[in-house]
Amino acid sequence: MTLLLSLALHFTLACVGIGMLFCTVRLLLGPSAQDRVLALDTLWMCTMLLCLLLGIRHGSMVYFEVALLIALIGFVSTIALAKFLMRGEIIE
Amino acid sequence: MNNWDNLPLWASLPATLLLILGGCIALTGCLGLMRLPHFYQRIHGPAITITLGTACILMASMILFSALETRPVVHELLITLFVLMTAPMVSMLIMRAAVHRELRQPPPNPPREESAWNAYGSPRVCKRNGGPPPGS
Repeated sequence: MTLLLSLALHFTLACVGIGMLFCTVRLLLGPSAQDRVLALDTLWMCTMLLCLLLGIRHGSMVYFEVALLIALIGFVSTIALAKFLMRGEIIE
Repeated sequence: MNNWDNLPLWASLPATLLLILGGCIALTGCLGLMRLPHFYQRIHGPAITITLGTACILMASMILFSALETRPVVHELLITLFVLMTAPMVSMLIMRAAVHRELRQPPPNPPREESAWNAYGSPRVCKRNGGPPPGS
């Protein structure tokens, strides 16, 4: 069962990594700016998932705090980019 | 790996299933972000990754750490609460920004008659609404 769990963990790591690759493709190819912002937001979320999976893999709670910080910073940065797209300025 | 040998079966089996499910769901969401043709369809792909994939992986993490430390570990509920609160807000803001940007642009030339999301109206609609009649 331990072997199966390890295999599942590495499968999930590979899935999230390939997903980040897809997001990078959309970030580079995206025809408009909102596509790129959306791809960047998804990239933040995939990075958070990657940190959680690495925390399970190494059995450490430090990665969990990293994931929490990444979620916070990703939220703030996406809000700032969306406001910039909508208004043309961030702080009014 | 780290002392996973004394992990009970009630923890490792659901954790394995949740990890595989979460990985597949995250990959599906990112594939949708890359492959779908229009922006308003593309915004639905990452929603799957953010809600279902994150929930599955967080539940697997909770189960595994609870079984390893032999006490309930619920720190992951913080991330769950935060992500579930902020994901709709972020989606709505990006969508509003996209709609503002598309409305600010000049109408494309030639006008897109086939598009179902045409905000400016096709020339046929303009004629029917008060343009010169086609016979005169």
